[in-house]
Amino acid sequence: MKQIALKHLRATRWFHWINFPLLAVMIWTGLWIYWANDVYRIGWGDLTLLHFFPDSFYSLTHTDHKLAQGMAWHFVVMWAFIVNGIAYIAYTLVSGEWRKLVPGRHALRDAVYVALHDLHLRKEMPPQGKYNAAQQISYSAISVMGVGSFITGLAIWRYVQFAWLANLLGGYPAARMEHFILTVGYVLFFVVHVAQVTIAGWNNARSMVSGYEVVETPEVRS
Amino acid sequence: MKDPIMKDPVDLEIGRRTRRSLLTGGIAAAAGAGVWAWIANSPAEQNIPGALRRGLQFNEKLSRGIFNGNRRAPEFPLDQAVKKVRVNEDIGMSDDVDRATWKVRVSGAAGHAEAVDVPLAEIKNLPHVEHVTELKCVEGWSQVVHWGGARFADLAKLYPPPAGTQYVAMETPDGEYYVGLDLESALQPQTLLVYEMSGQAITEEHGAPLRLCIPTKYGIKNIKQVASIRYTNERPKDYWAERGYDWYAGL
Repeated sequence: MKQIALKHLRATRWFHWINFPLLAVMIWTGLWIYWANDVYRIGWGDLTLLHFFPDSFYSLTHTDHKLAQGMAWHFVVMWAFIVNGIAYIAYTLVSGEWRKLVPGRHALRDAVYVALHDLHLRKEMPPQGKYNAAQQISYSAISVMGVGSFITGLAIWRYVQFAWLANLLGGYPAARMEHFILTVGYVLFFVVHVAQVTIAGWNNARSMVSGYEVVETPEVRS
Repeated sequence: MKDPIMKDPVDLEIGRRTRRSLLTGGIAAAAGAGVWAWIANSPAEQNIPGALRRGLQFNEKLSRGIFNGNRRAPEFPLDQAVKKVRVNEDIGMSDDVDRATWKVRVSGAAGHAEAVDVPLAEIKNLPHVEHVTELKCVEGWSQVVHWGGARFADLAKLYPPPAGTQYVAMETPDGEYYVGLDLESALQPQTLLVYEMSGQAITEEHGAPLRLCIPTKYGIKNIKQVASIRYTNERPKDYWAERGYDWYAGL
């Protein structure tokens, strides 16, 4: 029998959809700032496999020569991003939702099974609750990464006032690089996340909008 | 019996809920876009939208509220200092200045009705202080530099700011480069009037004969060729703040 079932709580959906544009603005204005000293690359010695970023990237996206505006936007919008993030984490802890989210003991093994299943290399999905193990790991990781961006950002933004934090992170240049790596992580997460949601289909995606999904429940016969 | 033309009530219900949520989301998105447009289109104040300028001023208020003058910028072992310090800007610096007879004009000091021309020798007579701290550019790069000079706070003992003074303004000889500082950051014990860099007399390109080192601020505040120092209660103009950067520029 077809039924409507609640999947995502209203608060969770608001946090999710408020976070998305805020994080997008933080990444975009972060790019305006990063342009001024775009030193990161993947490579060894003289060999550069990937430079973040080639000049053509900035001119195509119009992200060059915007350092002052970038800093201004970044250091203002950050408050909204931080407040929403803290509210989400607090809500998840208080409501008990964290239990569905935090990976269990066998999460790593199960996540591998999920990946194999997604790649059509394994028939069955491992048993799961609301989220499968791969989702638990990635959704928990993204929350931890948010905390990481907050902490590394704080160390960069007010280095002297939070010198102990900067030292803990390996110093100012290290904090800046960590802040950048986390951002690359968000972009990678976004690509995989959107791909997975697309594959999972409309019933699943719709539940992040309306909160509900249509489920097939076996008919009870008496 | 189900009417084959009638839609499944479950589909109707989820459709209704989804439409309602999309509508709410659409209104929220429009509100968000409205906030964005309001910020971006607010009348510019010193080259950035006014709303952002006020945001930076809020950050400044917060920072000055929690600013602790006893907090020091981390200091590094001498061998971590770079040998060759990057030269980034020469705005406001001129060659036709007499570095041998350099004087710094100090104005607004308590007990001095007129501005005082303080000879460089008097500053060099103040207790000599050295530290190895990291200079940070707004651009994102940083360098560990070995600085040597006199504490601004020690000069301010000889020429004290009147009680309640808020700001210090510093300028190059021709006034082409200028910075504004909050007094508490200027008085922080690591803020130096620098005449030595990397253990040598400071070179011309780095701001000889006298420049500022203020590790609690970005590099843009570390003015070279300091020719005038002025206490004021009116927020001083600042070269890079006028070009869209944060006036406070604190770390």
